Amino acid sequence: MHHASNTMAQNSTKIPFWRDTRVLQVLFQILFLLGVFLLAGILYANMLKGLDNLGLNLKLDFLRNEAGFDVSDTVIEYDPSNTYLKAFIVGVLNTLRVSLLGILCATVLGLFIGISRLSTNWLVRNIAATYIEIFRNIPLLLQILFWYTVFGSLPAARESINLFDTVFINNRSIYFPSLQQTAGISSWVGYFYAAAILSVISIFVLALIFHRKQVERMEEGDDIGYFTHVTRAAKWSIVPVFFIVAIIGWFLAPESPFVLGRPELQRFNVEGGIRFSAGFISLLIALSVYTSAFIAEVVRSGIQAVSKGQREAARAVGLSTGQTLRLIILPQAVPIIIPPLTSQYLNLAKNSSLATAAGYDDLFRIGSTILTQAGKAIPVFAMVMANYLIISLTTSAAMNWYNRWVNRFNR
Amino acid sequence: MTENENTSNDPIIICEDVHKWFDDFHVLKGITTTFKKGEKAVICGPSGSGKSTFIRTINRLEEHQRGTIIVDGIELTNDLRNINLIRQEVGMVFQQFNLFPHLSNLKNITLGPIRVRKLSKRKAEEEALALLERMGIADQAYKYPSEISGGQQQRVAIARALAMEPKIMLFDEPTSALDPEMISEVLDVMRELAHSGMTMLVVTHEMGFAREVADRVMFFDEGVVVEEAVPADFFDNPQHERTKLFISQTLQH
Repeated sequence: MHHASNTMAQNSTKIPFWRDTRVLQVLFQILFLLGVFLLAGILYANMLKGLDNLGLNLKLDFLRNEAGFDVSDTVIEYDPSNTYLKAFIVGVLNTLRVSLLGILCATVLGLFIGISRLSTNWLVRNIAATYIEIFRNIPLLLQILFWYTVFGSLPAARESINLFDTVFINNRSIYFPSLQQTAGISSWVGYFYAAAILSVISIFVLALIFHRKQVERMEEGDDIGYFTHVTRAAKWSIVPVFFIVAIIGWFLAPESPFVLGRPELQRFNVEGGIRFSAGFISLLIALSVYTSAFIAEVVRSGIQAVSKGQREAARAVGLSTGQTLRLIILPQAVPIIIPPLTSQYLNLAKNSSLATAAGYDDLFRIGSTILTQAGKAIPVFAMVMANYLIISLTTSAAMNWYNRWVNRFNR
Repeated sequence: MTENENTSNDPIIICEDVHKWFDDFHVLKGITTTFKKGEKAVICGPSGSGKSTFIRTINRLEEHQRGTIIVDGIELTNDLRNINLIRQEVGMVFQQFNLFPHLSNLKNITLGPIRVRKLSKRKAEEEALALLERMGIADQAYKYPSEISGGQQQRVAIARALAMEPKIMLFDEPTSALDPEMISEVLDVMRELAHSGMTMLVVTHEMGFAREVADRVMFFDEGVVVEEAVPADFFDNPQHERTKLFISQTLQH
């Protein structure tokens, strides 16, 4: 006993610090970080000196200068007399637009093809497999150029392809109908607010009513979560109250608050509606199709990771194939799918910088133009990189949050 | 309760020369047998003898390739409607329980009744709670499968199968994945179910259970029924050498 406590005392006090792993670990980390900071400092000082010699600086005031170049496809209004900063923002929004739409299309396509890949139907299964192998194995740049060429071979603007007077396609653009506000909007907004207020009141009243039942069920040991009555109240308020008032308001307003603005073929061009450039559409198709092939494989492996016994148990209680997939397989596959799906989303967002190939003015392309015109390589590059970083980190954070939400019941 | 009280003479499952191949492997080599309403059959045999495959063909988790199986007047063919009808009449309990891990025990049980029998949620939950009460685990209703013991999970799985109000229950080695101290709680539930008059086909190595509950013991080996008899004859007076060997090996420990 005495001997044992003696050795313990030796362990905790008598190790010289140069042999103590705890001290050494911390020490090496501090030394490493000091080294990194020192190196970065030397490089930064060297860069400033070099820039100074060339008569350049890192100031961002050039962003207030006039851009002077045009951007063909924008989300917000822009003209060449706007500043570099505005042009840069236009680029950021264009990148966000193609990335978000691309992620949406790629997910829907990928889910569909991944499930088809596992079909018991020979034809469906093999079409899905062929799709995956073709689009996964051709370089993305080639695919962007392919779709851009396909677009280029369509008729010119004055002979635009007319689909039911609703959608017009030519070699430069594609036009869809757009929602347009009318004078009726102001009175409808009144009903809209009334609907919102009424449904909030209804949520409170219903929540109070549901609360008593909630307490009873929880006393019976029902683990239904404390806020179930609030979500139930919201469901029963928002759906009927809000929508009914908003719809009644729509018809009571002197004029329908929104109308569908259809594009029309004029003498030389299409007018009205909402326009997307050929560059945007070919980039969107290429990104969606390319990424969907990877997502399909992610979905397939996620589904296959759910044990065969789950499918058999579901079939044995009489669930149909569709119900088995929807209620048993997918809920268990989704938590497995999310982490690799996130990296596919990040790839898509970063791959959108190949937009130049289709002449679409994304963040990278506009950044390059600013860089060439203003001659501010380092600040512009830093801004472009920071923006991609922000987009990627936001995507990651959102997906991590979703992952935790999906896994909330996996204890 | 004797077998005569709840076993009638009406056949409920008729198997006629049933064959099944896994690629080149001939698993079932012509099984011909009939099970009566309310009959309790225990199926035993060495692993790979085709006993599990046989009961899995009865709710068509496995397809047979030759011969006919008629369950409660419905022939098992590739007719989708027949397959769905059969699955509602035949409940199945698996060796690995196969509970749905993302659903609470209660929802595991109500899923089938709500989605397939089209019961209201309230009615389905009432029935499910009654079944859990019968299984002796009413207090586990709102927990998840991962939070309860193996024996409790298997009883939830039995409740899940019973919730579809099947006429026949198939048990595929229901106690083989359980720790020894949990086997009896599952067997108790199965014994109670047997006394209620359910038609049961049980693949198991629990010879005590077979002797006590079964109307008939079937011995499978290499895809054929080598011997079948009432438990007393089967255990005390086996006819075939392979049966004798199997019984002596099983009862040794």
